[in-house]
Amino acid sequence: MTPELGQLALILALLLAFAQGVLPLIGAWRGNRALMAIARPAAAGQAVFVTLAFVLLVLAFLSFDFSVQYVADNSNLALPWYYRIAAVWGAHEGSLLLWIFILNLWTLALATLSRNLPEVFVARVLGVLGLVAVGFLAFIIFTSNPFARLLPMPPDGGDLNPVLQDPGMTFHPPVLYMGYVGFSVAFAFSIAALLGGELEQAWVRWARPWTNVAWGFLSAGIVAGSWWAYAELGWGGWWFWDPVENASFMPWLVGAALIHAQAVTEKRGGLRAWTILLSIFAFSLSLLGTFLVRSGVLTSVHAFASDPRRGLFILCFLAVVVGGSLLLYAMRAPKVAGGKPFSVVSRETAILIGNLMLTVAAAMVLLGTLFPLLGDALNLGKISVGPPYFGFLFTLLMIPVVLLLPFGPYLRWGKSDVPVLKKVLWRAGLAAVACAIVAALATGGEAKAIAGTAAAVWCGFGTLLYVLKRWREMPAGRRYPAEMAGMLLAHFGVGVFLAGVLLTNALSVERDVRVAPSQTESIGGYQFRFDGVQHTRGPNWEGDQGTITVLRNGSEVAVMHPQKRTYSRGQVQTESAINPGLFRDLYVALGEPMDPKQPEGAWALRLYDKPFVRWIWAGGLLMMLGGFFAAADRRFRTKRIAETEAVPAAALQESRA
Amino acid sequence: MNPTRKRRLTIVLLIVAAAAVAVGLIVFALQQNMNYLFTPSQVQTGQANGYKTFRLGGMVKAGSIQRSNDSLKVTFTVVDASGSMPVEYNGILPDLFRDNQSVIATGHMDNARFMATEVLAKHDETYMPKELKDAMAKAHEGKHVNEEAGQDKPQ
Repeated sequence: MTPELGQLALILALLLAFAQGVLPLIGAWRGNRALMAIARPAAAGQAVFVTLAFVLLVLAFLSFDFSVQYVADNSNLALPWYYRIAAVWGAHEGSLLLWIFILNLWTLALATLSRNLPEVFVARVLGVLGLVAVGFLAFIIFTSNPFARLLPMPPDGGDLNPVLQDPGMTFHPPVLYMGYVGFSVAFAFSIAALLGGELEQAWVRWARPWTNVAWGFLSAGIVAGSWWAYAELGWGGWWFWDPVENASFMPWLVGAALIHAQAVTEKRGGLRAWTILLSIFAFSLSLLGTFLVRSGVLTSVHAFASDPRRGLFILCFLAVVVGGSLLLYAMRAPKVAGGKPFSVVSRETAILIGNLMLTVAAAMVLLGTLFPLLGDALNLGKISVGPPYFGFLFTLLMIPVVLLLPFGPYLRWGKSDVPVLKKVLWRAGLAAVACAIVAALATGGEAKAIAGTAAAVWCGFGTLLYVLKRWREMPAGRRYPAEMAGMLLAHFGVGVFLAGVLLTNALSVERDVRVAPSQTESIGGYQFRFDGVQHTRGPNWEGDQGTITVLRNGSEVAVMHPQKRTYSRGQVQTESAINPGLFRDLYVALGEPMDPKQPEGAWALRLYDKPFVRWIWAGGLLMMLGGFFAAADRRFRTKRIAETEAVPAAALQESRA
Repeated sequence: MNPTRKRRLTIVLLIVAAAAVAVGLIVFALQQNMNYLFTPSQVQTGQANGYKTFRLGGMVKAGSIQRSNDSLKVTFTVVDASGSMPVEYNGILPDLFRDNQSVIATGHMDNARFMATEVLAKHDETYMPKELKDAMAKAHEGKHVNEEAGQDKPQ
């Protein structure tokens, strides 16, 4: 009975989404306040029913309701409760339900926090979000119903894919989707501005915090995914330029460009059309990401079985969204080049160059990701594009960004003084060169380590110099407004990230070895002693657990227990053991027994020493914090209220409450 | 030309130059990194000649996996419906690597052997990469792909 209720809830949500998508837009067009007023209640109603459907699916998983096909496919009696909840988004149908659930969270947040924006504008924004929801709800109901019944009901279910049975996987998809879906808000703002022919750029200021938060979530989601790949896939790599990773990376790149372009539009009035275009791209790439992951058209390390017919639906949806919004853009985009003029040495120029590089990088990734499809369509044969393509071009494109980064905070809008910049160039440059020399001596001239240290110090130290300058020159309390703190955090994060990437790349020692019990292998100054393998079991798996004692100069550093699990449905999964540290990770994964009949004998082991690998994720998290901080700036709130002073005081109090 | 026009012209020229450089680099990098996928029978009929590095896709022949006694060297045979190819690999094989499993190996030919530098098997044991299925179907048009091998996810 309850699964049918879930389905009913989804259908009601679709009807409400339809009302939310169509009526307020007509109202805004005709100037009908009654129709515009439908937006909020419709959004709230839709959220209630989507939440109900989501909760019902969670309950179906928790109560082992194997009469539901999706539950039977993705969980079984032995699966622990926390992974049964994670199983809700472990496969296609449920992850779409999560998508629409999160879209409703964003819509609800927007409906609540937008009480002091012009009514017409809010009606349009909520209307566009409603239309997006219509697309996804129709997709769920017509092609991928999570509540479809399976009769007769099997006594036990299948299994959640073992690679997903990991703590990282429980929160990676929700956080990533928070980012993906969050760009729909920026998109809706832009479309609303186009629809209204908004000549003022006030809407950009309203859109900025939302975009920043979405980008912050996307950063966190990518970091979580990268961490999961590192810990769970058993290869110790953190990024593979795999289609699915690229799918999340492209909106991130465009999003990074977007949040900078929005700053220019808001403060100087320039790049208006560009900002709108970028928000259309960011959301389209998020949709494309969903399509790539879910359609199975590309071969990927993440490729789980999926259904091409569904891909067709998303493709059509994508065509409508991209085509429709670009058409609207072509008809309504601000024709007059607006904005205050700026000279060559100015913040605008720097942001423009950064924007160019980021979007070209996104286009480059898009080309490399879709090239196999293109080759297939043109009958060039079965092609894949190797990671060196991405690595080489991405590095090349990011060099200008990294070089400009420390100057960012010093540059002024319009026109900047050159002497200040020269001083920064000297100081940060000297620091970078000095540290590079130290790195060269310490690593014996490892090129990537030198480049990594120099780049990291250049960005990190350059940003810190500005922090010091503000500290000295500004009175307490006005030193770091949230928006600036966000920028500084994110820019410092870029430095930390660069250090992590290049130092890990240069200094990692990765070896696959064959070891017999009590044999010792030395890697990166550590001795790994293999103490054999015992049998072990968990709630829904059995496996072999190795014991490896790590010694350094004779004293014990860590005892590590990598596992090789066989799940109840026969899937084999490697659980690596990681000894984390601020400056290095030790990483051990079990390969396979050299003689399958004698698991107590010699084994193949992966032994890694990965210095600074954690800095990669630390950098990503700093960027995330940057996004959140910037969004929290009081300017975004107070200005809004100041602009709507005409609104009766009662409305103001309500918005503050 | 007035200053505004001049400035605009400079900007446009700069963008065109940057785009040209970018396109050139992208084409170059793509050419360097394109990996074609071939099945054993396609390799044997010489279709892979002229490619130094390529990907070999097919099924692991049952009973062909042999480990060396004192190192991580492993040899196995990859087959499709009408061809087979011995593969040599030094390292740890993926979790789902086993007899009759579809695999994609990246590497190069050395005499009549394929020296793999990377071996991928898929996470999902009933899943066969679409491109591998297509390649195998193309390699022997008319013939059905080996039932066991060609099995895609049922739903």
